Amino acid sequence: MAETKSHIGTQNKKGQTYTDPWKMLNEAPRKPSFYTGSEVIKEAIRRASCDVMIAYPITPQSEAAALIGELFAEGYIGDYFRGESEFAVMSQCAGAAFGGARVFTTTAGPGTMRAMENFPMWAGARLPIQMIVTCRGINSPLSIQPDTLEIAYLLNTGMLVWHAETAQDFFDWILKGYMVSEEPDVHLPLALCCDGFFVTHTKDVVNLTPTDMCLPPYDPYRSPVPCMDMECPPVRMMRDPFVMKSNYISYATHASWQQEVWAAVERSRKHTIHWLDGLIDTENADAEVMIVASGTAVSQGREAIRLLEDEGVRCGLVKVKSLRPWPAEEICEATKNAKHIFVPEFNVTGWLAKEIKATIPNSERVHAGPHVCGGMTMPPEIIVSEIKTALGLRSESLAGRGS
Amino acid sequence: MSKERIKISPDLYDIMPSDYQDLVQSATYGKEDRGWKDIGTSKELIEQHSLCAGCPESMAFRYILASLPNPEDTVMVGSTGCTSLVFPMVAVHNIHSLFGNQNAIASGLKRALSVRFPDRVKDVVVLAGDGATVDIGLDMTLQAWFRQEKFTTICFDNELYANTGGQESGLMQKGFVAKMAPVGKLFDKVRLPEIARESGCHYVVNCTVSKPSLVEKVIRNSVLIAREIGPTYVQLYTPCILEIGKNSMEGLQEMRDSEKPTERFAYKEYVSEPAKQLLAELATKDKERKAAAKQLAGKA
Repeated sequence: MAETKSHIGTQNKKGQTYTDPWKMLNEAPRKPSFYTGSEVIKEAIRRASCDVMIAYPITPQSEAAALIGELFAEGYIGDYFRGESEFAVMSQCAGAAFGGARVFTTTAGPGTMRAMENFPMWAGARLPIQMIVTCRGINSPLSIQPDTLEIAYLLNTGMLVWHAETAQDFFDWILKGYMVSEEPDVHLPLALCCDGFFVTHTKDVVNLTPTDMCLPPYDPYRSPVPCMDMECPPVRMMRDPFVMKSNYISYATHASWQQEVWAAVERSRKHTIHWLDGLIDTENADAEVMIVASGTAVSQGREAIRLLEDEGVRCGLVKVKSLRPWPAEEICEATKNAKHIFVPEFNVTGWLAKEIKATIPNSERVHAGPHVCGGMTMPPEIIVSEIKTALGLRSESLAGRGS
Repeated sequence: MSKERIKISPDLYDIMPSDYQDLVQSATYGKEDRGWKDIGTSKELIEQHSLCAGCPESMAFRYILASLPNPEDTVMVGSTGCTSLVFPMVAVHNIHSLFGNQNAIASGLKRALSVRFPDRVKDVVVLAGDGATVDIGLDMTLQAWFRQEKFTTICFDNELYANTGGQESGLMQKGFVAKMAPVGKLFDKVRLPEIARESGCHYVVNCTVSKPSLVEKVIRNSVLIAREIGPTYVQLYTPCILEIGKNSMEGLQEMRDSEKPTERFAYKEYVSEPAKQLLAELATKDKERKAAAKQLAGKA
């Protein structure tokens, strides 16, 4: 049934060598390249040994989805097509993953919401699909600009959720994401999020691994649930009716499976720490004033720290890389000396601040903000202003903000 | 797959369920001329079912499963509804994910299997009710046909949302009084067979399941054409006797009444030119194979 032979060292049809992922990502020479985030997604997928990619045009992920079509034309991907809606695309991804393929797709904002019914199904069916979410506004009035509100909804689907800050994160995490999500004790989908446009449409220097190296192919027989290819004996699968009937056994079965999905999220913790070198990064972790952020709010936080240092205020930073699994212990440890914790976010609801408040002791230390939303940029000055105001320091008026 | 793959470990044999033992010993996997006449003489691919007594859908299920040309390498995709109550008792892999997305799931599945097994036959068959096929899932049904996805779509048309209690569906007859159609359905039965033809299906049949031989021929043709040429569509009347007020014994008559020449399930068949050519080739090969077998038997 299962092919257990190693592919490491052999070549695929494009002449790329299947390489040990750890060596490829940590030891192979890197080449600095000046690319947009969308182009970086393409370069990561070039090296990801993907079987199927399914595309849909929604801004701001459209460019990446189109560029991966070029990869298919060049022969780097087994199959590629455009689906009819995000709900359909995510269903098509599910079908391909059920059939034992390594699957990739991208989406954004309203498309993520349109497809939402699929995500708990993906997790419940243990399909290790990787989906890039290039965040944008989801609420009315319509916006195509970056706004991270859809991440709040993804957090409770049972998917792994990571939030990339830079294009370099993107390149590395796409490849590392498959390594984590395809582990037999995990086998869950991954939503790899970024702030649209800020990451996808800006150019940055990104260090890329050699193009002639790629990940080993996905082995569907390492899945904890049977692959739907009739290569193993038939089983009874998927929403078995007894699960839907009203009796104790059905409730117990459904409940235990839901708990198993979340247990798998927890089991991904050790793999995520291994590949991402921790669930968080910290700077000045002993400071009494801390900024805790994810995505590009981290970059703005760094700049705010530099501005604050010029004024004699020492401030630390926690970059939250993984949202699921949630780095509860790490955040507690990193903020144990902090008297003030600021959580700048590109959304109106402050979902990250809520998560942190629910995690740390003495949560009155958390200042939920500043918030920008609807695609507004977050100048570091407003983070500085928020911090100085909370500390009782005089803050200069920010033009147009009425402060 | 084949029966060789589902051998039971001798150490575990006595604790395996008897239906599984039966499946391993006498299923019709790998049998070229399998058909509905095997029902009752060999292990079926369906083990019991939880549908209502006398449900025509249960008949349809048995005929379809008995008619698959390649069950050992067939994956079925279903949707929410009464079909999902039966799929867990079916001895082929089956996927039931969400309501209405069955043709999208099948698109991804078929393509993944084609990538992974480029030199092997892997059939995908969608089987869903009219609500999933024609209402909530219509865009995904049609787009799969537009894209020329190589799988068969079978619609169990019972002209209403049966599993949720008999509400109006797109395939319901105009004027039928139903839940959510309190003054009678206001628009005509959607003409999906015609739409299927115009959407690129290469084989389209509209009929009832009153005649098992006919169902066998239609299902076999539809799977073989889908495998080689492109999408196929079969719309089968499987009346929900419960929701249209019939008794358990009246399902068969209801289908016979509905397949009269002037009725909505009069047999209709469309075969594209490439599909006609394929069927002719297959018929010739089949004839030659049977003649050779007969000759061999004569010599023996």
